[in-house]
Amino acid sequence: MIETKGLRKSYRSRAGRETKVVEAVRGVDLSVREGEIYGFLGPNGAGKTTTLRMLATLITPDGGEAVIAGADLLKHPGEVRRRIGYVAQGGSTWDESTAREELVLQARFYGIHKAEALERADKALAAFQLTEYADRKTKTYSGGQRRRVDIALGIIHGPKVVFLDEPTTGLDPQSRAHMWDEVRRLRAEGMTVFITTHYLDEADALCDRIAIMDHGEIVTEGTVDALKREVAGDVVTVGTAGASAETAIALLRNQDYVRKLEEHANNELRLYVDEGAVAIPHILRVLDHAGVQLTQMELHRPSLDDVFLTKTGRSLRES
Amino acid sequence: MKFLRDTWLVFARQMQLMLRQPVWLIVGVIQPLFYLLLFAPLLKPALGVKTNAEAYELFVPGLLVLLAMFGSLFTGFGLIAELRAGVIERSRVTPVSRLALLVGRSLRDVVSLLFQAALIVIVAVGFGLSVGILDVLAAFALMAVISLMLSAFSYAISLKLRSEDALAPLLNTISQPLLLTAGILLPLTFAPAWLKRVADWNPFSWATDGVRALFAGNPGADSVWQAGVVIGGLTLITVVWASRAFARGVR
Repeated sequence: MIETKGLRKSYRSRAGRETKVVEAVRGVDLSVREGEIYGFLGPNGAGKTTTLRMLATLITPDGGEAVIAGADLLKHPGEVRRRIGYVAQGGSTWDESTAREELVLQARFYGIHKAEALERADKALAAFQLTEYADRKTKTYSGGQRRRVDIALGIIHGPKVVFLDEPTTGLDPQSRAHMWDEVRRLRAEGMTVFITTHYLDEADALCDRIAIMDHGEIVTEGTVDALKREVAGDVVTVGTAGASAETAIALLRNQDYVRKLEEHANNELRLYVDEGAVAIPHILRVLDHAGVQLTQMELHRPSLDDVFLTKTGRSLRES
Repeated sequence: MKFLRDTWLVFARQMQLMLRQPVWLIVGVIQPLFYLLLFAPLLKPALGVKTNAEAYELFVPGLLVLLAMFGSLFTGFGLIAELRAGVIERSRVTPVSRLALLVGRSLRDVVSLLFQAALIVIVAVGFGLSVGILDVLAAFALMAVISLMLSAFSYAISLKLRSEDALAPLLNTISQPLLLTAGILLPLTFAPAWLKRVADWNPFSWATDGVRALFAGNPGADSVWQAGVVIGGLTLITVVWASRAFARGVR
């Protein structure tokens, strides 16, 4: 649904007298399948929005190529526009207009006739639970309501692909959960969803596949589970009683499913394994056989932050 | 066809929003009315003319050109607000004609200007101005063209600057000398020779001369067709430039 090769964009920025070229995006290769929710994860300034804006025809790439929903981005941007929807980060409604007016106008900008535009606006208002406020000025809306109008505007023409730029930034937890449901609904209606975020839990909960972007490049890409497994596998924490720690270490070190073993304070061992569920019965058997007393056992799945840390050398939370 | 349809969509939306906020109208009309009420009475003795009607004949054309210039030159501020709200970007991801986004907005400015101008002429007629209807319509046509030019210019410039803080001083710097050398408040017949030569380079001074000739009942005067040529030519150039800058300027 989206295929890109070597997509690049740099900006000139002036700091005092010096002109500096900032390479915002340096060669992005992407492949997004039909019907996916594809997440673009990275810290602020990683180049996510620039990439998204290139794909949405808002800025012209310096180089590279892209085909979106079967249309060539560089040769036929007009055709791309017809097939995609784009929801910007900062909102898109005019304070003095009503949601209905905005939706009708947006539909008509896509060449849809008035009667059908009205009908589509009605349907979109109902689908996004906005009917009640449809004829009030958007300045009276809550953040969550405004965001829903933004998304309704982005899909009023029934696009094949919809780009959402940080759709939940600035929303309260409840509106956020609501928004996730809306995104899933878009996919259920047959749309391919391309979403940027800097929230790990959002990427985790929502996306079929993600790409992690840092300093204008994609550092890794895949399903959330595969990425986590690739990075760390699972971590099993084992607590042992008294003197049996030495025995446990000696035994577990020789097990081939343990990739790495770390000793921590209070006789706590951290075992890095590929699949926690497979390893745990083995660990229990070995330790039980040797008469080692366990005080605790815990399975910890690596977070996306672990993935980010491994791939970029820093934690997303601190960047 | 698509361009005309899109222009209509943009225009209709802008008109709807404007009519919802009638403040613009009150402000836009009150200011020129102040000139008419508080400044025009000084003119009869100052200009040495015999009647109020004669004074208005000289003053109202200048006032109309002033209105056309200032009413349109500052419309870019509205566009910057729209940029900030994301409305422009939302339009740009659709296949809507880029030129229509500009022209639809400019036409709104033209309509609002003509409405204000009509009000002023009506009030001035009440005060004793006498002018032929065809002459007024010709003058309005010239003002519509001025308004189209300056609002297109304003939109293109504000798209480049994207900041009210930069736009305000720039527009003031441009508009002050244009205003002073256009013979708007007083005819340039009083001006020293060097100032007249400067004014010759100001297209709006040609416009003022043309509108004055129309209000004096001389539609055949050279200054009328000259104003048409100067303003028409400049408008063509400006609108072409502005529409290109507009289409390109949206990053």
